[in-house]
Amino acid sequence: MSRKGFLPLGDRLSRGAPALTASGLDPLRRLWVAGAALAGRLGLSGRTLVIALPYLWLLLFFLIPFAIVLKISFSEPLIARPPYAPLVEWVEGAYLEIRLNLGNYLFLAQDSLYAAAYLNSLKIAAVSTVLCLLIGYPIAYGIARAPVTWRMPLLMLIILPFWTSFLIRVYAWIGILKQNGLLNNLLIGLGVIDQPIQFLHTDFAVYVGITYSYLPFMILPLYATLERLDPALLEAAADLGCRPFKAFLTVTLPLSLPGILAGSLLVFIPAVGEFVIPALLGGPDTLMIGRVLWNEFFNNRDWPVASAVAIALLIFLVAPIMAFQHIQSRQQKADAR
Amino acid sequence: MTDTALPAASGAVQPNRRQTKLEPWQDPGEAPYVRIEGVSKTFGAFTAVDDVSLSIYRGELFSLLGGSGCGKTTLLRMLAGFEQPTAGHIYIDGVDMSEIPPYERPVNMMFQSYALFPHMTVEQNVAFGLHQDRVPGAEIRHRVTEALELVKLAPQRKRKPHQLSGGQRQRVALARSLVKRPKLLLLDEPLAALDRKLREETQFELVNIQEQVGITFVMVTHDQEEAMTMSSRIAVMDAGWIVQVGTPAEIYEYPQSRFVAEFIGQVNLFGGRVVEDAADHVVVAADAAGTEIEVSHAGSVPIGTRVHVAVRPEKMAIAKDPPADPRNAVQGTVDEIAYLGNASIYLIRLADGSMVRVTAPNVTRMTELPITWEDAVHVTWPAFAGVILQT
Amino acid sequence: MSGRRWPLFSLMAFGYAFLYVPIGLLIIYSFNESRLVTVWSGWSVKWYGELFRNDQILEAAGLSLRIAAVTASLAVVIGTVAGLVLARFGRFRGRTLFTGMITAPLVMPEVITGLSLLLLFVALEQAIGWPGGRSATTITIAHVTFATAYVAVVIQSRLVGLDESIEEAAMDLGARPLKIFFVITLPIISPALVAGWLLAFTLSLDDLVIASFVSGPGSTTLPMVVFSSVRLGVTPEINALATVIVALVTTGIVTAGILLHRQDRRRQHDMQAAAAAGGRAADLARV
Repeated sequence: MSRKGFLPLGDRLSRGAPALTASGLDPLRRLWVAGAALAGRLGLSGRTLVIALPYLWLLLFFLIPFAIVLKISFSEPLIARPPYAPLVEWVEGAYLEIRLNLGNYLFLAQDSLYAAAYLNSLKIAAVSTVLCLLIGYPIAYGIARAPVTWRMPLLMLIILPFWTSFLIRVYAWIGILKQNGLLNNLLIGLGVIDQPIQFLHTDFAVYVGITYSYLPFMILPLYATLERLDPALLEAAADLGCRPFKAFLTVTLPLSLPGILAGSLLVFIPAVGEFVIPALLGGPDTLMIGRVLWNEFFNNRDWPVASAVAIALLIFLVAPIMAFQHIQSRQQKADAR
Repeated sequence: MTDTALPAASGAVQPNRRQTKLEPWQDPGEAPYVRIEGVSKTFGAFTAVDDVSLSIYRGELFSLLGGSGCGKTTLLRMLAGFEQPTAGHIYIDGVDMSEIPPYERPVNMMFQSYALFPHMTVEQNVAFGLHQDRVPGAEIRHRVTEALELVKLAPQRKRKPHQLSGGQRQRVALARSLVKRPKLLLLDEPLAALDRKLREETQFELVNIQEQVGITFVMVTHDQEEAMTMSSRIAVMDAGWIVQVGTPAEIYEYPQSRFVAEFIGQVNLFGGRVVEDAADHVVVAADAAGTEIEVSHAGSVPIGTRVHVAVRPEKMAIAKDPPADPRNAVQGTVDEIAYLGNASIYLIRLADGSMVRVTAPNVTRMTELPITWEDAVHVTWPAFAGVILQT
Repeated sequence: MSGRRWPLFSLMAFGYAFLYVPIGLLIIYSFNESRLVTVWSGWSVKWYGELFRNDQILEAAGLSLRIAAVTASLAVVIGTVAGLVLARFGRFRGRTLFTGMITAPLVMPEVITGLSLLLLFVALEQAIGWPGGRSATTITIAHVTFATAYVAVVIQSRLVGLDESIEEAAMDLGARPLKIFFVITLPIISPALVAGWLLAFTLSLDDLVIASFVSGPGSTTLPMVVFSSVRLGVTPEINALATVIVALVTTGIVTAGILLHRQDRRRQHDMQAAAAAGGRAADLARV
């Protein structure tokens, strides 16, 4: 191919460029430059300012509140407004008195009600997570294997209930599960039972409620990993002599593990602290820690103990939350590729 | 590329101007248009570009050639201003670019992914850069039309990028970066996303357009063939270094290192020791290959130096009869023959087990082929064919 | 082959039935004449009439909608900036903490978030006299805080999927960073902005627990009214309310879905046409 010299047209074209770069020195621009220089001297770049907006908001309204909860969990309850004693006080202006009151935590440790509530919360959340996985996996798998045109509508049907009110979805189960509710009527009508069974206000009802409410959170991450799975992998497995079910166990299941983990954490962590579902569907003996916290706060007006309960709950959840963050960031790196 | 070897062909039009302008890097009076001085770029502990100095002249189509991770893209991004050099300076038309952000540099880039704005039409994409410079509306319309006609996309001006084929998108990207008449146009693997046939056509088209507008192009590519056919000069890069700079012919015929010899095209390398250092030639004893190699046109190399001699496969001849001169000849057996139609490639196994590759044009019909597998053959080459490599 | 798929089909059918039967029953029984929700005594729309005469519910619904609209708008602004920072700003001091503050609210039990925000507002009031009691303002701030996290994740994943060289190209062509954000980035991610707004709106509209902690007298949201009346038992009015909500949401989602789907199909169609045209051009060139 030829490299025939350098035509005069080029000189004409590139002569336009210096004029363009020099054109920008109007007063407005000079002001902008001066402002930027000032901000620069203060150590503020545009970049820093952009980061600062969400950073400060979250710092003020998400992180600092936890510090306050921690602080109040160490203080003594008072009949006052607000109903707790200050942690730090100037005594007669002479010396600083710090009262670190471990009483609230001792109280939690000594009263078996709290330990039982924590354990029960973990149990209920774990069982519900497993139920979500059992019901959600076939659905996610089915959607991922469905013809492309069907996937979006099927997925929409999963998401749709999530957009309707959470409270109302829980409420729907009251009508179904109660003593003279639809389920009992149906079972009696079919002759399966003679006497209505107590469904509502039991742990069973709480399992159903949590599974029902959190199912979309399990299905969506599962679908995301299953959809990404190359169908050729299963064909390769079949080609190498692997039967479909075995191929599912040895290829599909291990490869969908990240989705299973993400979905499980997305169900488990909020379920541990769930309040609405045990309050509406659970019985008086369905102890869940979210409910205990709510009662300490609203019924007993014991803010310090409520704070201690929150801190203890948070300690339970630190490991799963960090696991969730780890999966999230790894997922994002995979998406970026 | 062919014309640089044949200055007389173009000399008919503007003899003097052409000859002096053709190779500005040969002209001591010509100032470089782009000067890269001691530029390094590190990312943490990783050195992407290591103390690179380069001069690029006005109107060149300069290629940065190398494998992935050799630092070519980082160097290009430093020219565009997306990365700041850790050390060193870049001057474009005499202006230091260190403090100048990408949006104020007289440099435009054509991205490997084309990076067209998906929400804008072809026309809006091309006009975008002119709007940023507050060019008057009438002039924008005029220049956009001109640019779209240059890349033959005027009929598609109202389309959006997703309504275009890959080749059309590539041309929108080109028009968009040309329309601002930058001092320097950067092309990041401009043809990588096209299929093979389109790529060849586009190579010619791109060179034609560059000649029409006369803007200096700097192109990054990993494809040596692309670099050879399109460039005025090539800088071969490896591990952040510039290994060699030269015209395509210089790079191919006179590689200065084993890396360049092996990276560009195919080559046979014979290890040996210099035994004779005469004014017009050097002789290397290649004991493993069982021959002495005479290399003419070589500079002085001290006797005893360990070197490699590189010989291109197409400069070798293959025969069943022993040659008259025992120098520049090796013998072995035919291990493989690859028939390519216009030529055949022979792999000859030497006594020490090493392989020699010979490309022979098929001047006779293949059916009459005198040489076949397992034949004992002699491979010879003239003294001008070899190149001595000390690194 | 298809015979082997019936176990999967039946499992899926069971799953979808599990999701939709309770909602379906709720809707059917909202048209029940009887006050006893589970005893069918004939069709009637009288509970809808009752619902629209219930000032407490209407007032609460109005407040909830207002809070949700303000929350969604603010959360989209802050969340978009946060998503941009996560996707485009690379490393900076405190990034790990920032990422943590974005993902933690996604899974944080609501009781903890609610309690901590309430204690913050109380402490702030003691220290600087603001926000001056609990009100719709404190509810909005609380909602913005957790909705921001959701919006940020939506925007971040959209930006991660967006070729960064598009923004670099704009900069290369002479646009400054701020202008690039408004002229290039925002228009391209606008569907994600709409999705983020709707998500934040729904989350705010739906929240009971956090609002209960940070609301004061006179700022009773719709979920709080529903919760207190549901605690007293099932009422047909709530069934009617549920039906109205389901109908509104379904209409909205289905419309959005059809619009998106149509747009998608058009894009696919365009691409096929372009490919075909390109193929033909190549054929002609060869001749």
